[in-house]
Amino acid sequence: MSNWDRFVETFFNAKVLARYWPDIIDGLWVTIGLAAAVVVTGLVAGLALALLRSLGVRVLNWAIIFIVDVFRALPPLVIIVLIYFGLPSLDIVPSGFVSTWASLSLVLMAFSEEIFWAGLTAVPRGQWEASRSTGLGFGQTLLWVVLPQALRITIPPLTNRTIAITKGTALGSVVAVSEILGQASSAVSNSYNPSPLTLGAAAYLVLFIPVVVFGRWVETRFR
Amino acid sequence: MIETFFNVRIMAQAWPIILAGLGNTLLLSLLVVPLGLAGGLALALLSTLRNPWVRWPLIAWVDFFRAFPPLVLLIFLYAGLPFAGLELGGFACVGIAFFLNTGSYYGEVFRAGIESVPAGQIEAARSTGLSRLQALIWIVLPQAIRAVLPDLLSNTLEVVKLTSLASVVALPELLFQARQAQSLTYNPTPIVAAAIVYFLLLWPLVRLLSRLENRAIASRR
Repeated sequence: MSNWDRFVETFFNAKVLARYWPDIIDGLWVTIGLAAAVVVTGLVAGLALALLRSLGVRVLNWAIIFIVDVFRALPPLVIIVLIYFGLPSLDIVPSGFVSTWASLSLVLMAFSEEIFWAGLTAVPRGQWEASRSTGLGFGQTLLWVVLPQALRITIPPLTNRTIAITKGTALGSVVAVSEILGQASSAVSNSYNPSPLTLGAAAYLVLFIPVVVFGRWVETRFR
Repeated sequence: MIETFFNVRIMAQAWPIILAGLGNTLLLSLLVVPLGLAGGLALALLSTLRNPWVRWPLIAWVDFFRAFPPLVLLIFLYAGLPFAGLELGGFACVGIAFFLNTGSYYGEVFRAGIESVPAGQIEAARSTGLSRLQALIWIVLPQAIRAVLPDLLSNTLEVVKLTSLASVVALPELLFQARQAQSLTYNPTPIVAAAIVYFLLLWPLVRLLSRLENRAIASRR
């Protein structure tokens, strides 16, 4: 057997691939579901915190800034491990999926709050004053005048940050979430062959290359 | 609750283990940050060549490694390559994975910086007799780095946080040590301690970044 044949036999083994590709596809759906859940809860929570912060209650703002700092400073894997291995001591037993979802949502919440807040403060004061003078209330001004302008400038940094954090779904494999990497790893140990990892890697590329290219496009489009 | 998560006795017991982990996390960061910076700088300098045979493969390279979750890359090197008879060990795998992944991110940051320097700067430098490379290194790069300093710092923060992945391939850094201590003591206090150490280590950088980014976003409009 030539070296090339051996290489193909090892990393692109047709028999192993045929046996395990349905597992990888299952993992792909879990990854997509997890990523979508994280994006929704993370961004909604981040926006909610930024809007709360715009109320200007001092003690509340300190609390928000502290929470944001904590989840920007901690590595996502540390948060996942803390939730997954720590909470059971309080008789709360979150699954790996829930631990990963909650952790990544908290991280995305922290980063997006920062970005939303920077966007809100970038809208000139005159916009507030003009809109209030037409008779709109505080909430109406925030929602209909300031927020739309703020969101526009936040789109590029927000897109890139969101993409980076959704890739963290692979961390779920550490706490036994059967997403792509988890499925691929267990298939490797069952088959004694790394081909499922090759397939898993390909699945990530199929999923994320369009997203990365989209992020690049957004960055030039909204500059 | 205090007994469970902030158990003083266990904290005292686990402290030396955690401290050793912190040392290794710092060492690892001191290795992978310069490695990523060097890789990124090389990518960015190469991308200034207008030759499409250089440009497109570079873009493909960068997007490829940015699309790959770093943990997947690490596991592929650590668990996949030994089947091809290439047993690299955890440390080398972390080095290579970080070089490929963070190098691509740093590359994008440096590239954006270089592109923000007006072309007239290169032309002026060239007309004084500097070569293309000299002009890039001595004229363009210092301005480029100043322009993207917040992004460079932010990326570096992410890289230091990312060193926690090394725990998956059994390198005894902070998170790995904390988990060892946790399984020895049957108590999550060591993980809480590690989280506090991470926070204290990185909080100053987070504060600084938050100020720089606020200013940057405010100046976009």
